[in-house]
Amino acid sequence: MPQQSDYLKETPSQTAGPYVHIGLAPGAAGFEIYDQELGQDIAGPNAKGERIRVEGLVIDGIGSPVKDVLLEVWQANADGIYPHPEHAGHETVETGFRGWGRVITDFETGEWAFDTVKPGALMGRNGQMMAPHINLWIVARGINVGLNTRLYFDDEAEANAADPVINLVEWEKRRKTLVAKRSERNGQVVYRFDICLQGDDETVFFDI
Amino acid sequence: MTKAPQKQGEFYQRDRRWHPPAYATDYKTSVARSPKLALISLENTASEITGPRFGHSDITPIDNDLLSNYAQPDQSPIGERIIVHGRVLDENARPVPNTLVEIWQANASGRYRHKKDAYLGAIDPNFGGCGRTMTDENGYYYFRTVKPGAYPWRNWVNDWRPAHIHVSIFGSGFAQRLITQLYFEGDPLIKTCPIVATIPDPAAIDQLIARLDMNATIPLDTIAYKFDIVLRGRRSTLFENRLEGN
Repeated sequence: MPQQSDYLKETPSQTAGPYVHIGLAPGAAGFEIYDQELGQDIAGPNAKGERIRVEGLVIDGIGSPVKDVLLEVWQANADGIYPHPEHAGHETVETGFRGWGRVITDFETGEWAFDTVKPGALMGRNGQMMAPHINLWIVARGINVGLNTRLYFDDEAEANAADPVINLVEWEKRRKTLVAKRSERNGQVVYRFDICLQGDDETVFFDI
Repeated sequence: MTKAPQKQGEFYQRDRRWHPPAYATDYKTSVARSPKLALISLENTASEITGPRFGHSDITPIDNDLLSNYAQPDQSPIGERIIVHGRVLDENARPVPNTLVEIWQANASGRYRHKKDAYLGAIDPNFGGCGRTMTDENGYYYFRTVKPGAYPWRNWVNDWRPAHIHVSIFGSGFAQRLITQLYFEGDPLIKTCPIVATIPDPAAIDQLIARLDMNATIPLDTIAYKFDIVLRGRRSTLFENRLEGN
């Protein structure tokens, strides 16, 4: 008898399509069905650290904003700890800190934004520290498999320069696509992070 | 003697030839929305191995019943009443317990309750079109809904989507995050659909086709379809992977 593989195959991905909003963010899409919409509060009221807003566009290969995207956010708290039992120190994560959120784009402009706290640095592989970052997952009509990228912060230049993941990107000019730009608006810290699906400034996407 | 829980390692790499490529010319919208440069391969760190967790306090029990979660009292949506059920497993065939499964779909006329959907098919006042549930300790989940209708979409001049339900699954780590679509056994539109055809391997397409499950059907009431979902599996740490680099 020939040797058999015991492994199952992962279910293949299909596009989230144009109506992903009614499934995953119905309230944000103007459709009231659930008592509680998930992913609206990433950090919660008790989180330590700097309160920030992150905003941007997702831009297609023509240079146009993509107006039907859904993004998911996954991040550590200000101490660099994920609220997950496999991350050492998770017991110390503030009550109500989810680290996860969802945001959809404005149907007219394509702008998206979310509020959170700035995450802390954390240990990566082989004893190398990773600079503070937010993990993003992007789905939309026309995206066949969700796209993974990371958002780093431009005021962390020293940590970014040593970050083992940024340094995986062989082309130095592409690294800047992973770095959000800080500014202040009406006393609020805002990071700008435009994501290009294609073109000269194509964002670095990861196969994780 | 009880066996000590084994420490789980990295996720198996995603088989990108099993999934659809980003760029698929017959699915026109993908042309301008597909990265042209190669993905950068990233070995798992804590950022990929961890992921959001959900509990029963996040949802309500009625959320998995699309026959009633948007219906007026004592009313029910039009359409074929179905149960969709199955298990969420990983590639090691182990159940994925306590994970969030979310679905959304068109109604029996092929119309979504979405402001961007302008199809002629009628909105059903008793059908919302989305649901969610948590898998139990054995990875089992179920929904009750109506079978969605086929509908036309702008791609080629005359394209019709096969009846389908969108399915979103989390797993335990962010690297397992997955959205897919469930199709129904016997639907002749499956083989005509450019979105289905983005998947190169017929065996992978077959994995998305829910099977009629007469044993789970409720006689004189609701037809059942079975749909098992497989998320990425994880390596057992026979040899230590230095994830944290201690």
